[in-house]
Amino acid sequence: MNLDKLLESKKTTIVDKWFNSVIQTYAPDAAQFFKNQKDQFHNPVGTAARKSLDAVFSGLMAGLDPARLEPELDPLIRIRAVQDFSPSRAVSFLFDLKDILRSSLKKELPKENLEAQLLAFERKIDQVGLLGFEIYTRCREKILELKVSTERNKIYRAFSRAGLIAEVLEDDQDLEAS
Amino acid sequence: MSDLPKPEDFAPKTYRPGSTDWMDVPAEIRKGIACYAGNPKSLEAVGLPNPRTWSCFDEDWQLPENWQQIIHEGFKERLEKFRSFKVFMDICVRCGACADKCHFFIGTGDPKNMPVLRAELIRSVYRNDFTKVGKILGRLGGARPMTIDVLKEWWSYLFQCTECRRCSVFCPYGIDTAEITMMGRELLNLLGLNIDWIATPVANCNRTGNHLGIQPHAFKDMLDFFVDDIEEITGIHVDPQYNKVGADILFITPSGDVFADPGTYTCMGYLLLFHFLKEKYGLDVTWSTYASEGGNFGSFTSHEMMKRLNAKMYREAQRLGVKWIIGGECGHMWRVITQYMDTMNGPADFMETPVNPITGTRFEHAKSTKMIHITEFTADLIKHGKLDLDPGRNDNLRVTFHDSCNPSRGMGLLEEPRYVIKNVCNEFYDMPANTIREQTFCCGSGSGLNAGEDMELRMAGGMPRANAVKYVHEKHDVNTLATICAIDRAALPDLMSYWVPEVEVYGVHEMVGNALIMPNEQERTTDLRGEPLPGMEEADE
Repeated sequence: MNLDKLLESKKTTIVDKWFNSVIQTYAPDAAQFFKNQKDQFHNPVGTAARKSLDAVFSGLMAGLDPARLEPELDPLIRIRAVQDFSPSRAVSFLFDLKDILRSSLKKELPKENLEAQLLAFERKIDQVGLLGFEIYTRCREKILELKVSTERNKIYRAFSRAGLIAEVLEDDQDLEAS
Repeated sequence: MSDLPKPEDFAPKTYRPGSTDWMDVPAEIRKGIACYAGNPKSLEAVGLPNPRTWSCFDEDWQLPENWQQIIHEGFKERLEKFRSFKVFMDICVRCGACADKCHFFIGTGDPKNMPVLRAELIRSVYRNDFTKVGKILGRLGGARPMTIDVLKEWWSYLFQCTECRRCSVFCPYGIDTAEITMMGRELLNLLGLNIDWIATPVANCNRTGNHLGIQPHAFKDMLDFFVDDIEEITGIHVDPQYNKVGADILFITPSGDVFADPGTYTCMGYLLLFHFLKEKYGLDVTWSTYASEGGNFGSFTSHEMMKRLNAKMYREAQRLGVKWIIGGECGHMWRVITQYMDTMNGPADFMETPVNPITGTRFEHAKSTKMIHITEFTADLIKHGKLDLDPGRNDNLRVTFHDSCNPSRGMGLLEEPRYVIKNVCNEFYDMPANTIREQTFCCGSGSGLNAGEDMELRMAGGMPRANAVKYVHEKHDVNTLATICAIDRAALPDLMSYWVPEVEVYGVHEMVGNALIMPNEQERTTDLRGEPLPGMEEADE
């Protein structure tokens, strides 16, 4: 049997398990809320997680280049990049998919001789994992940029436009000499 | 194949938090969510207790030896003084209606950001110190003694609350959880535990009259600069009045409108509006270089400090002898005016109940505070056809409106800003119903949390807001987030930059300024930001 067909038939279960594995990285009270609250505005974390995981898994099944799954993966990583996770904890859920696949395909794996196909699929998961690190790093860089520039820039810009900031000019030799 | 290592041998182990009782989970004060401690000089300047250099990341917070006694006595004093505080401590039945309504809980997933649990941090000590049941049953009755770890937990979570009051909308008992945070912060302040983004603005507001400590001449210089800019754009020389004794109306706005982008463009909108009304109807408005801050950072510190800073505005109104006050697009100023001013510094009997001299509208609801919101004033003018407007000048803006927490939940100002926007813009799209009006999601940076060092917290807390903006951006191509609060104008650009970078933040009166047709103005080619007006792209080149 073809791995793709098998995954297609088990897609809902696999994505559900993957979603649960992400949700369980939160404290139990929060996990319950993220899982059960269906309103997308009341529960942006749960909604983004479901949507991202489904889209990434569908993309992988469709044979898309994992490096092109950024728009699907970004919303979830962007959220985890500002939550209380270390970098590895923030993205480790991507690798959980391997465990989930192997446990979901436990019976079929030896029977259908799918090991080679699964290994190839797992290599794609690794690539998604690397993409996850890239998105995470970009988000953290954005946070740092905001930290550095935030108030200083807004106030500086306004004062500077008003000509109320006296900066040392390049030809201000006297200052350099003194 | 059985020799193959399993995937879990390579992959990092996924972290799974346990289900430990909340009392046994110590607060982790970490960089990215915590704010820096208040500068001791700022504390000294306004006589706040225990000024010293300290850091929340240090083990030793350099507390006075009798700190537990100070907290206990401060708690007791406030329970006796504020009936609401006592009631809020007693009546919560932990029904959980508020639990999932806080933007910090929704964004961070930290259960101690559930309003009920945040309040429980304080209630547990209340039960221990002030109730028989708590004294007898101890932990079984939800009580625990005040320890250094509890104190640190208070500090961490009371500064992860923006006092936005969204939770209180859902409380069947009407508990105002924000007031519990306010009381908790007061108690912390008794030990000198404040953050610098509150303490230093408080000291500056107290001395120079605005949170940045900008002195009167610089305040005027900035407004003069806006006057020049307006003249370049419209050909009209507006002429604001300063500290005019005997003026009819005093105008007070947050200093962020004068000193920080993009509030500066909102300020230009005010200047245009007042000039229009002066030319056409003889309206007599003065600015004050002394009461040059609407925002009340005292309200994040203590009720005494709130009263002190609020009083400055009224003393200035008294000194100038104005009839009433218009307040600008500000957040917490309005919470203080609407909910606390009357019993702190009111009634302001030396002024008159605000009556719009142009329309005759009498603002009865402000008969005690004598102060109305500028969107109430502008909406009234528009309703009576007193403004000449060309909303087409804002046709490049596809607008949604963020109800700022304090004007919406603190004073019930829901329709007026929308009415103004719909009259000065052609494209307006509200965000989904459970994210606006009374249920609006906070910007995540209010009540003094608009610092740089807590950026992760701000981004996580503001995420529910940004999520709704993203929705209207994707559905209606919205590119403009309008708001009526200076903290929003400072905080939301950062929030948008992280979550929805295609959306820019505007004040409502910036859009009024763009649309307002001034008598004898030249043909405008740019908006107040200097960007080409719709259809004027070539003229600008």
